[in-house]
Amino acid sequence: MNDSFIQINGISKHFGNVKAVDDVSFQIKEGEFFSLLGPSGCGKTTLLRLLAGFEYPTSGNLLLDGSDITALPPDKRPTNMVFQNYAIFPHINVEKNVQFGLRKLGLTNDEIAKRVKDVLSLVKLEGYEERYSSQLSGGQRQRVALARALVRQPKVLLLDEPLGALDKKLRDEMQLELRTLQKEIGITFVFVTHDQQEAISMSDRVAVMSEGKIQQMSSPNELYKNPQNIFVSDFIGETNFLKAKTDSKDGEYINVNIEDLGSFKIKNNLNISENASDVICSVRPETMMIDKEKSDWDICLEGKIKQTSYLGEMTKFYVETKEIEKIITVSSQYFDNQSFQNGKCFISINLNDISLLNKK
Amino acid sequence: MLQVWKSFYARSDPAKAYSLLSPALILVTLAMLIPLGLMLSFSFFTQVSFTEIDYSFTVQRYIDFFQKNLLVSLLIKSVKISFIVTFVTLLTAYPVCYYIAFYVKKNKMLWLVLLTLPFWTSYLLRVFSWKIILGTKGVINSSLINAGLLSEPLTFLMYSETAVIITLTHAWAAFALLPLYVSLDKIDFSLIEAARDLGLSRLETFWKITLPLSLPGIIGAILIIFIPTVGDYVTPALLGGTDGRMLSNMIQAYFGKVNNLPLGAASATIMLITVAIVTMIVSYTTKKLTQRIS
Repeated sequence: MNDSFIQINGISKHFGNVKAVDDVSFQIKEGEFFSLLGPSGCGKTTLLRLLAGFEYPTSGNLLLDGSDITALPPDKRPTNMVFQNYAIFPHINVEKNVQFGLRKLGLTNDEIAKRVKDVLSLVKLEGYEERYSSQLSGGQRQRVALARALVRQPKVLLLDEPLGALDKKLRDEMQLELRTLQKEIGITFVFVTHDQQEAISMSDRVAVMSEGKIQQMSSPNELYKNPQNIFVSDFIGETNFLKAKTDSKDGEYINVNIEDLGSFKIKNNLNISENASDVICSVRPETMMIDKEKSDWDICLEGKIKQTSYLGEMTKFYVETKEIEKIITVSSQYFDNQSFQNGKCFISINLNDISLLNKK
Repeated sequence: MLQVWKSFYARSDPAKAYSLLSPALILVTLAMLIPLGLMLSFSFFTQVSFTEIDYSFTVQRYIDFFQKNLLVSLLIKSVKISFIVTFVTLLTAYPVCYYIAFYVKKNKMLWLVLLTLPFWTSYLLRVFSWKIILGTKGVINSSLINAGLLSEPLTFLMYSETAVIITLTHAWAAFALLPLYVSLDKIDFSLIEAARDLGLSRLETFWKITLPLSLPGIIGAILIIFIPTVGDYVTPALLGGTDGRMLSNMIQAYFGKVNNLPLGAASATIMLITVAIVTMIVSYTTKKLTQRIS
């Protein structure tokens, strides 16, 4: 497997004064399911369109499988795209839509027919050949778009929020299917989404983008467990932030003074050596424990439940303590209204679950 | 009684539809259907003398029409001129609309309004101004002569078929812009990107995607230009001379100084039928043609 199958070297794209993509460099491996994740306007779609050839970079260059594709028009690139709105041609039927990209490949009629048949069975759309886009459901359109792109056997498949228009149940199903499909055919996928859960559940690696820059690029697990800055930590899942100041270093650990809570010895995941630098401590809601009684955990705070929301598989609590204004925590244990008298509760935290973030 | 009517009205969609349509229906009946019926019936009468009309039924006027070579050739010429005008208008208006629909990002409406700016003056004034431009002492000829490029003025510019075609093309361009713009603007640009992504060049994308999808606008523009230009008589009367005369000028004469109402009515009916047939053929073949290429 080629580790630098797609090379993005110092790519910038400016629209007037707006730096949509700002000096981004990274590499995508061959056969990888790679996601670009970020809020709207972060530059993820622009980056995808640069890969497809719909935009040309202001500076930097793009290499695909060793050859420079920076200046190639879209029809000369070995990439294909699944559009956000699917862009199914409305004036021709499903079969012709899927055939559309095969005319220029110099295949015989038999080969074309075979490829169309194979790809339609791959996306489970046999029997829909004669339908038009207006006669298909959202999920079926999505499959046509997928088939139309895959039938050309591209080196890279680009997907621009393809699941955004589907309802939740169908989206979950398609996530699984896309993932299975990708592993089956082994084509490199570059997937753009604003949905962190989608990116985490499907990808081999995720690049989190904000304001035209890559904030962090790593495996989904690493992203969740070890976010490198506040943006990533906040964007991926939910978390609690506590302001803190560093104190003396102690091997792999560092003493940290958390505002209003006191001094604690925490794993120095940022390798901070200087004293008195401002950091943020992040604690994920699910690492905490909420209970009626005091616990013997490293930190135990008495608080009052301000609000609860029941999510089925768990309950989410918004708690106020003397020390901290707002703590979000979850519990898979079901509590009813009688469980906490007057909302009085105890929040417990283990020091191991606190991670440090640069304040930036 | 009023209550009964009110509750009937509230439940009945046809009643609502007809009450909304009624002003237009009355107008169409008075100003279109009745005159059209009168014209049709007159085409079956005979002009006996200058003042006298024989009201007995005959199809002789239609036979007269096809026996007069002049009328048939004028009909053919009218259709030919309109075809050229329609074609030239489409060819000039389409790129403009394409540009506005896909490349203008802000103030699209302003562009459209600016394009229709010449049409804020009256039709007659515009026809007259073409006289000033195309005439023997007009803008084109005098500047070419002053520049020393010509020794004598170009005569084919004025009082000719060319003059009629140029003037009509300019006069009807705005009517082609709107349907073309609307149909192009409706095309989702990602369809064009998708075609490029699937390996088609710009030109191929235009043939396979943009053109077929803008077909409703093209047919609309053809109809909206072809139908009124076939029957136009102001422009040929003012700029056509003898060479640029069209059937409508003859019809006007039959109803006017020649005073042969039945033959005029028959000619008008024949023109009406011709236009109907031609437009049907044009829309059908345009549709078939684009189906073939896509």
